[in-house]
Amino acid sequence: MTELTHLTLAEARDGLKAKSFSAVELATAHVAAIAQARALNAYVLETPEKALAMAKASDAKIAAGTAGPLEGIPLGIKDLFCTEGVVSTAGSNILKTFNPPYESTVTKNLWNDGAVMLGKLNMDEFAMGSSNETSAFGPVVSPWRRTGSNVGAAGAGGIEGTHLVPGGSSGGSASAVAAHLCLGATATDTGGSIRQPAAFTGTVGIKPTYGRCSRWGTVAFASSLDQAGPITRTVRDSAIMLRSMAGLDLKDTTSADLAVPDFEAAVSRGVKGLKIGIPKEYRVEGMSPEIEALWSKGAEWLRDAGAEIVEVSLPHTKYALPAYYIVAPAEASSNLARYDGVRYGLRVPGRDIAEMYENTRAEGFGREVKRRIMIGTYVLSAGYYDAYYVRAQKIRTLIKRDFEDVYAKGVHAILTPATPTAAFGIGEKGAADPVEMYLNDIFTVTVNMAGLPGIAVPAGLDPQGLPLGLQLIGRAFDEETLFAAGQVIENAAGRIALPSAWWAKA
Amino acid sequence: MSVDEKTVRRIAHLARIAVTDEEVPHLQGELNAILSFVEQLNEVDVDGIEPMTSVTPMTMRKRQDGVTDGYCVDKILLNAPAAEDNFFLVPKVVE
Repeated sequence: MTELTHLTLAEARDGLKAKSFSAVELATAHVAAIAQARALNAYVLETPEKALAMAKASDAKIAAGTAGPLEGIPLGIKDLFCTEGVVSTAGSNILKTFNPPYESTVTKNLWNDGAVMLGKLNMDEFAMGSSNETSAFGPVVSPWRRTGSNVGAAGAGGIEGTHLVPGGSSGGSASAVAAHLCLGATATDTGGSIRQPAAFTGTVGIKPTYGRCSRWGTVAFASSLDQAGPITRTVRDSAIMLRSMAGLDLKDTTSADLAVPDFEAAVSRGVKGLKIGIPKEYRVEGMSPEIEALWSKGAEWLRDAGAEIVEVSLPHTKYALPAYYIVAPAEASSNLARYDGVRYGLRVPGRDIAEMYENTRAEGFGREVKRRIMIGTYVLSAGYYDAYYVRAQKIRTLIKRDFEDVYAKGVHAILTPATPTAAFGIGEKGAADPVEMYLNDIFTVTVNMAGLPGIAVPAGLDPQGLPLGLQLIGRAFDEETLFAAGQVIENAAGRIALPSAWWAKA
Repeated sequence: MSVDEKTVRRIAHLARIAVTDEEVPHLQGELNAILSFVEQLNEVDVDGIEPMTSVTPMTMRKRQDGVTDGYCVDKILLNAPAAEDNFFLVPKVVE
């Protein structure tokens, strides 16, 4: 029998149903793998007792014939999702001891469907970052290594050498899925935080349409852009997991009142007769030749499967990232105003209440978060609001209109690279200029600005032996086409062989 | 547009974040890098374009105006850094 941690989510589900193994056995195998992989720093909190208790309950339900769609499936949860009675930190010192007395809707939906919680996953602080280097718990190590790299396991469960980043902000989620430390993980995406780490780690990640998943109980970064989604090892697994995560929630007024389709049924639908657009504006200056070649190959695969490939134009693409760096910090500065040391979180005393606020926030927030709060404060301040914020929101209208024009011409989905490069090493980017790091999201951020669904699917390896991903962008609330087309790419590219456990502590 | 040190201090105060003298020049450089990056938005003709207010066409769902939650003081105060007699405690505000 294959190692239980190496099954796909779908295989594990079917194996549990067939009683080939129990949910407790499945959870135990994952708990053991996590304990041997602490050097990756993917989990910030392990909850083995909870995992085993939930698995035991799942076994009882399977025996009684009352199993849910995810019964007994062990998952990792990004630490942005509030979990009742389990510390939820958003990767920040300001929330390091925050113990939510409530459960986020997305995780509640997963538990209602029978899933088992393994623990909380590392992430960039408040989901602000593209490399998981801004986390208050330290960076996450990617399980991937460049061919011939000096990275290896060191004594006492550490790592030696200059390791690669798993991407961010959902770096813990991507690393844990790629390293077989869970069958799937929740993640969130404000500018690319699901798709970029998925592309960096050879995993699948989908950011659904804005409104598909409830934002209730998920720590807010930029509320008009934030969406939850899964990271998994296959397209089918993402379809299975998203179906359980999604759905109307009256506690989130932007949650869509639409039936959640059986996404898994769409996976085998194929792309015959579909029109797939290739946006010429994504052929950016300095794009690596491997990415360009992979993109062409992706188009060929879809054409071979019966799709029609057409060139399309999204003329405002280059303005999406700068507009994002006004809109997202503006919303963040408002959302993060709540961390004032009064109702929850860290408090650092001062001479008066104003100084208490200032000291609390100075000590509680990391550098990237402070930077974004300050940019947001500036662009919303009197005299600059129209020049920056209103202009950016107008440009957002134009970005969305670009997509609407393309879809109105009969295009069903758009194919682009997921990232401009493969994963980079720790400390290699953004040290001098924050914008260098922001450019990671150049292909993903348009999708958030327009509220559309986007999926990243692994499509090949670069000459350093690192995974590269392709992105498919869909029409609003048409994730099904993304799963269908994503499966075509997965079939054509072949499942990427994930790294073996070089980090494992003996 | 770029910000000077005085503006950096003013923004930090508006954002209620204490900054040290050493931090100010770094923050100034970083904020100016971001501001110069977003400068290119000025190339776009936005005449007659409505600013986006909702990314998906939706009307705000409304519910009956009624109490749906409450009687959970313990939960509300569970994470308070300082609390007394069912109140959040803060430094003295009024002299």
